[in-house]
Amino acid sequence: MHYSIGNMGHFFTVTAFVAALLAAFSYIRSVHSPSDGLKQQWLLNGRFVFYIHVLAVAGAIISLFVIIYNHYFEYYYAYTYSDRRLPAHYLFSTFWNGQEGSFLLWIFWHTVLGLILIRTNRYWEAPVLAVVAVVQAFLTSMILGVVIPGIDLKIGSSPFILLRDALNDPIFKVQPDFIPEDGQGLNPLLQNYWMVIHPPVLFLGFAATLIPFSFCMGGLWMRKYRDWIRPALPWALFAGASLGLGILLGGYWAYETLNFGGYWNWDPVENAVYVPWLVLIAAIHTMIAYKNSHSALKASVVLTLAVFILILYSTFLTRSGVLGDASVHSFTDLGLSGQLLIYLLFFLIAAAILVAMHWKKFPADEKEISAYSREFWIFVGAAVLCLMGFQVLLPTSFPVINKIAAWAGINSNLATPADQVTFYSKQQIWFAVAIAVLSGIGQFFWWKKINRQQLLAELYFPALAALVLFILLISTAKIYQPAYLILSLAALFTIAANIKILSSVIRSSPSLSGGAIAHTGMGLMLIGILFSSGYSRVVSLNNTGMLISRELSEEFNRENLLLFVNEPREMYGYEIEYKGERVEPAHKRGYISKRDIEYTANPYEVIARRDIYFRGKKLYAKGEKFAINPENTFYEIEFRKNGVVKFVQYPRVQVNPRFGNMASPDITRKISLDLYTHVSAPMTEEAKQDWSQREELRIKRNATFFANDYVARIEELQRINQIGGEPLDSSFLAVKARITVDGEHETYTAEPVLIFGTQSRGGLLADEIPELGLRFTLMNIHPQTDEITIGIESRQKDWVVIKALEKPWINILWLGTGLLMTGFGIAIARRFREFSLMRRKGQE
Amino acid sequence: MKKSHIFLLIILAVAVAILVTTSREASTYVTFSEAYQMASQGNHRSIHVVGELKKNEKGEVVGIETGADKVSFTFIMVDDNGREQTVFYNQPIPQDFKRSEKVVVIGRYKGNIFHAEKILLKCPSKYQENTVNV
Repeated sequence: MHYSIGNMGHFFTVTAFVAALLAAFSYIRSVHSPSDGLKQQWLLNGRFVFYIHVLAVAGAIISLFVIIYNHYFEYYYAYTYSDRRLPAHYLFSTFWNGQEGSFLLWIFWHTVLGLILIRTNRYWEAPVLAVVAVVQAFLTSMILGVVIPGIDLKIGSSPFILLRDALNDPIFKVQPDFIPEDGQGLNPLLQNYWMVIHPPVLFLGFAATLIPFSFCMGGLWMRKYRDWIRPALPWALFAGASLGLGILLGGYWAYETLNFGGYWNWDPVENAVYVPWLVLIAAIHTMIAYKNSHSALKASVVLTLAVFILILYSTFLTRSGVLGDASVHSFTDLGLSGQLLIYLLFFLIAAAILVAMHWKKFPADEKEISAYSREFWIFVGAAVLCLMGFQVLLPTSFPVINKIAAWAGINSNLATPADQVTFYSKQQIWFAVAIAVLSGIGQFFWWKKINRQQLLAELYFPALAALVLFILLISTAKIYQPAYLILSLAALFTIAANIKILSSVIRSSPSLSGGAIAHTGMGLMLIGILFSSGYSRVVSLNNTGMLISRELSEEFNRENLLLFVNEPREMYGYEIEYKGERVEPAHKRGYISKRDIEYTANPYEVIARRDIYFRGKKLYAKGEKFAINPENTFYEIEFRKNGVVKFVQYPRVQVNPRFGNMASPDITRKISLDLYTHVSAPMTEEAKQDWSQREELRIKRNATFFANDYVARIEELQRINQIGGEPLDSSFLAVKARITVDGEHETYTAEPVLIFGTQSRGGLLADEIPELGLRFTLMNIHPQTDEITIGIESRQKDWVVIKALEKPWINILWLGTGLLMTGFGIAIARRFREFSLMRRKGQE
Repeated sequence: MKKSHIFLLIILAVAVAILVTTSREASTYVTFSEAYQMASQGNHRSIHVVGELKKNEKGEVVGIETGADKVSFTFIMVDDNGREQTVFYNQPIPQDFKRSEKVVVIGRYKGNIFHAEKILLKCPSKYQENTVNV
């Protein structure tokens, strides 16, 4: 038992919590100290304690990682989320798989950002770090795992608890020091490189939203109503980039791993981060306009504060268990919902009070805002973004509304609309149109004061270009829906307008090109989303006309295709053929037929039955032992045109008794489209074992015979000395018959074994050819007549049901994402430079 | 009226419009009896019904019938009030279907058969196990 590491981890967590409280206290005292000397003293104090906090957080992270890395399965966390077989890089995924670890990840980013703030911004250090420290105190309390005696109040859930304390297993009563041999392993869905990258990026985005929030709170607190924006702006942009990238990486993971047929499903968990991101983008825009407009200043305060509150709300939604039936993949309830609610309400009320106290003191606008000012357009844009968020937030909050209603004694049973994707998309699309138009027009106001004539002159070219592109687009792509037509026109317009601006800016001042690049990227993303989702099309239509029952005959339009092995079908202009079930070797690239391997007692280890080739390359020699991942089965599907193989797809089904079964697609990527195929129903084990009555055939040793209408031959009988890689005991005698069967395309071999035992019972090892639905048993050998008895059984040939979708122009979405991120990067650099200049002048 | 007031009014109007459409399109959790009543009154909105698969005394799931081409199936579901109902789903049997503890079907009645457009499964709690595999 390794008690000390867990005790250390726990000690570090408690230290981090206490240090965060002390740091908050010191920094607050520093802000409120009357004299400069005292301010400085408390500031140094706060900084010192914050450093201790950072060290303690690092200590807690290292402790947890040591536990995971060394497979200390006496700890609940390591036992539940990892096993010995897990490759080292996925141990990171284990780290943030549980709620506690993901809290630690979030806490970690706050400490990193806090350290950067201390280094870059001495002027704002006290108020900003005070807010950060309070947040850290709340977050570390979530992983404290302390029970207050007497009132039995549990605060937080510790990642350092021992297995025996977490589970009430009887074994711990008998044997308190029991350590399981192996852990339960990481959910195979999360064993994906995107799951190593996505959570850290997303939590970096979460953490980054705290910084503008802290500056804003600090600004109100110090009555510096406008000065907080300049240092906060680069951080807000950084948060926009990292949160946006985090969301997209999650979508990309879902696209590659899950099988709902896309990258975005409007699941509550997704919505919970999408809404704060939209509001954050709105906040960034009003922050940019604050200098000339006091209304923009007020809006910046409200929106910046709202972003962080929404992040807390999304944490509450996904981690408190309140979503329950509404989402398939929310975290399980750790009993922390009360604590999470207090956390949310604390900051909501604190922010509201602070704003209310200072609202009247904000400077007010004297004159009316003009429709030809950039502030006006920014306002409209920010309002559209917020309403866009509201439309998603409202249905996502139904479970919360139901809870509150029940609490108030009202019976509310609201559920999200049946077809979530259509419900959200058909309304979000109009907001997207508005955003596209505004970002095209608004950009022109950005650069100069402009009147009606000038505006029209500026807009002339982009509008014309957009129209020409639009006509080209609709004459090639068949777009009919009005909403789609309008969105594509609007998106083309913003692309043309922003490219025009970009071309004039890039020469004179490239550092200012961030906005134009980001908006061009957004326009491309809209086009990419419109085509890849709006025109995503099921291509695996079932046109056989087979009916399930007369009663249901109206249901004709089925979107799945039943493929029998080696029976070609027409699909999507290709001749497609299912070739059979494959496994993937653990250490080499390639797919291996299940018929080419012999299983051993260890499910992770198999033996090659013959020389194994993949695409002409020899992977293993006959008799070689190698490792596979037995959970995964790949279904080889060949796509041919005019008899030439164009490509082969290997969609996957993962069978995991603990996490359930899961089908993942295989995606064939072309420039203009992705072909996305997944298994919608694999052949079940029952169907595989549904054999006919055994037919026994007594034939000559080297006879040719018919098996289920296929021509079969006994090639040879051979004595063997080992089975499944294990040598046979000398008291056994085993004979293998090699039977070849001529299938439609190739000749298959089956090798049933007959075992005689001199001391104990022998046995019959049947061998099957799933491609033909045949199973042979060597029943007996008759030396007197030189005959053998063969048992033949048949069943339905192997089959698989697939669904295939075409995703046109999805690459435009990825290209647009790249541009958006580049734009953010340029804007962050510019705003940071502005801030640094002011700092050098001693202003900040 | 100041322009900013008009602006605020428009925002409010859109927000109210969102509220109205959302509440109009929102689905509800109901029982099969209520769903049947709604359908017979000509209300063809999709609704959510929560229930379990029908099981025999041994705890085995009964009543699942697959279509000949394996791409659609029917099953018998028991709602929270104990009413049994045949449900048709125009897709292959979802994986883990038989393991599910709780099933949510989203769809509507067509005649006497409930046609599910979507099925949500709640599988036995995947993460919280209380025993150790020794």
